[in-house]
Amino acid sequence: MELNGAQIVIQSLKDEGVEYIFGYPGGAVLHLYDAIFQQDDVKHILVRHEQGATHAADGYARATGKPGVVLVTSGPGATNAVTGIATAYMDSIPMVIISGQVPLPVIGSDAFQEVDMVGITRPCVKHNFLVKDVTKLAETIKKAFYVATTGRPGPVVVDVPKDITDPRIKVPYKYPKKVSIRSYNPALTGHKGQIKKAVDLLLTAQKPIIYAGGGVILGEGSKELIEFTRLLEFPITNTLMGLGAYPATDKQFVGMLGMHGTYEANMAMHDSDVIIAIGARFDDRVTGKLDEFCPHAQIIHIDVDPASISKTVKVAIPIVGEVKPVLEQMLEMIRESKKKPSKKALESWWKQIDQWRAVKCMEYDRNSRLIKPQYVIEQLYEVTKGEAYITSDVGQHQMWAAQYYPFDKPRHWINSGGLGTMGFGLPAAIGVKLAFPDSDVACVTGDGSIQMCIQELSTALQYNAPVKIINLNNSYLGMVRQWQEFTYESRYSHSYMDTIPDFVKLAEAYGHVGMRIDKPEEVRPALEEAFALKDRTVFLDILTDRTENVYPMIEAGKAHNDMTLRVAEGTSTDRELA
Amino acid sequence: MRHIISILIENESGALSRVAGLFSARGYNIESLTVAPTEDPSLSRMTLVTRGSDDIIEQITKQLNKLIDVVKLIDLAESDHIERELMMVKIRTTEHTREEIRGIAAIFRGKIIDVTPTTYVVEMTGPSSKLDAFIAAIDGDTIIEVVRSGPTGISRGEKGLHL
Ligand SMILES: Cc1cc2nc3c(=O)[nH]c(=O)nc-3n(C[C@H](O)[C@H](O)[C@H](O)COP(=O)(O)OP(=O)(O)OC[C@H]3O[C@@H](n4cnc5c(N)ncnc54)[C@H](O)[C@@H]3O)c2cc1C
Ligand SMILES: Cc1ncc(C[n+]2csc(CCOP(=O)(O)OP(=O)(O)O)c2C)c(N)n1
Ligand SMILES: [Mg+2]
Repeated sequence: MELNGAQIVIQSLKDEGVEYIFGYPGGAVLHLYDAIFQQDDVKHILVRHEQGATHAADGYARATGKPGVVLVTSGPGATNAVTGIATAYMDSIPMVIISGQVPLPVIGSDAFQEVDMVGITRPCVKHNFLVKDVTKLAETIKKAFYVATTGRPGPVVVDVPKDITDPRIKVPYKYPKKVSIRSYNPALTGHKGQIKKAVDLLLTAQKPIIYAGGGVILGEGSKELIEFTRLLEFPITNTLMGLGAYPATDKQFVGMLGMHGTYEANMAMHDSDVIIAIGARFDDRVTGKLDEFCPHAQIIHIDVDPASISKTVKVAIPIVGEVKPVLEQMLEMIRESKKKPSKKALESWWKQIDQWRAVKCMEYDRNSRLIKPQYVIEQLYEVTKGEAYITSDVGQHQMWAAQYYPFDKPRHWINSGGLGTMGFGLPAAIGVKLAFPDSDVACVTGDGSIQMCIQELSTALQYNAPVKIINLNNSYLGMVRQWQEFTYESRYSHSYMDTIPDFVKLAEAYGHVGMRIDKPEEVRPALEEAFALKDRTVFLDILTDRTENVYPMIEAGKAHNDMTLRVAEGTSTDRELA
Repeated sequence: MRHIISILIENESGALSRVAGLFSARGYNIESLTVAPTEDPSLSRMTLVTRGSDDIIEQITKQLNKLIDVVKLIDLAESDHIERELMMVKIRTTEHTREEIRGIAAIFRGKIIDVTPTTYVVEMTGPSSKLDAFIAAIDGDTIIEVVRSGPTGISRGEKGLHL
């Protein structure tokens, strides 16, 4: 079959099984858009800003496990995509970004809408390509998908100069079934000897804990993780990125760990003697003060990326491999082993954990006359029966969503953890909704974040992707305000927005339903009404307690056993700001 | 400690900047970097000298290995190896100093490869420390220019860095 470069790109995507392209046209990709026009197999979603395209593709990828696909033009289109590419990179999300480029002969001449996309994205992609030969186009796209989806996943940019897609130049087309790259051979199974050592250590542990992260979700290892945890009867904690990898409503789950994790999770980490880290990367939000991180523990670490191992925290037993096969290997060895975990040790360990649990670190003032954000999330959980896909933006609302919506299944909690990108939530929700049109999709956001990609409300309408926007409106850049309260003696420098749009009218202007809720008793009915409106996007502008803070918290530079807990009395109602 | 990392990398445009970019982005130091094609035209060989604690060097090699363009690498400092650097030094000379400079150059097995009435260019190869010693032995005020290639290295014995 002979095709031109533009057709090759689209046909390659089709052959790769791509369902959606999230994109925005411009000069350098006009040939490509013409090829898109002439087919119906790959559906194109026209966003309103290229950042939205990347986040939507990202949300699609996180919810489905399939790579997200983005198409942008050169220059400003490409630079607008960079925030979303970096977001995907930090959370290891598989994504292929096709960017237009000026024609090969003028590259380097400061041509109209020329930027060095390969150079700009180099530090925030897993890999990138500049296509210089149309006969290599299909193979390059195959390589991009291969690299993006294998090993530790990540975004891959394919920069395509306009002359490569010239409709007049046709070449034979064949999409490779497989590609191999001699310098790229990600590990699958783990080293047997290391696994044996790890199993031995696990079976002699007195105060063990499983610390599982986003890698379990990325590597589809949830089932094995559950089996592993139940078999050993160990406590388990998840990172922000790992929520849903293990059912949060299960009794062995001690909650999220880290800066805004539970008291019991952090104390258990601190006191443990053996930690098994599974697809987690010892992020500074998790470890707190490094010198005092888990002082008594021997650590086992399973990770597909050797560079994640012993990067910040030295581990005793590194295991390089994919979560799923390594856990399968471990399960087999544990079952065959004559040694069993010590029942007695575990009993007293659980007793200790139950004492930490009794602190009830997540309690909040349920009698407040103001709407507590935590209450909204609890109600959201009930109304959606815990089954919705929840995307979020970045800030306090993100933490409350993570803390008060217990996720029982992987891929249902979709947020930007590593880069912490405000503006992520709404476009991501659209990507999720397109992937799962029959599921409830809600975006938990804040008055600051939602304004960063608000334009995508228009995309939601055009492509019939009805999502529910839960705006926890505190009139503040709340997370910033909280830090200013804690560490800058409440000097609220530029964390208050004097003017916030009327979100109800704004939603209506975009063709959606808007509701404002300012009383606690209205929350539940409003949520019910919103989710009953199956085919409408509903914007719930919920005016919450403006001075509420996220607790518990490990303040900057402190250790796991030095958490700041909520002071029970003196609730924020009393501290309401003028 | 000082480490010499020898890298086989795809001979593609941009490959060098991936390595250089990695070092600047992650705050690793590069003392020197040399690159040239190998007998296999699809591959370049890079020799990189860096300093750091064992932990940092471990991260550096892991991060380098993560680059898709990096095919293989070894840390030469981990085993027996030979290290050579090429240097050319332009020295201002006078009637009286010529003899002495020739003498010192001879001790260091340097060659005089260019002569003008007022200058010599001395060429020398050897481990970097030897080149440093030569520079130290010459009167600093007479040195017009020093050009060094940065070290390259090869392991001793049967072992080698190849595909
Ligand atoms: C406002 C804010 C507050 C935050 N507070 C917290 C907090 O309190 N607690 C918290 O936990 N986080 C918090 N975070 C998130 C934090 O910044 C990190 O993003 C997060 O902790 C990283 O999660 P992770 O360790 O699971 O790693 P991920 O980023 O999910 O990385 C996954 C790891 O698994 C590996 N991997 C990938 N695929 C596989 C596979 N198939 N097999 C094996 N390994 C694999 C990868 O190599 C990587 O090392 C916060 C973020 C924000 C924005
Ligand atoms: C693009 C971007 N800019 C700035 C920040 C820093 N930041 C983190 S949280 C936050 C406040 C978010 O405010 P809002 O969306 O209202 O959420 P709230 O904390 O009030 O729930 C800011 C500014 C960021 N994470 N992302
Ligand atoms: Mg806010």
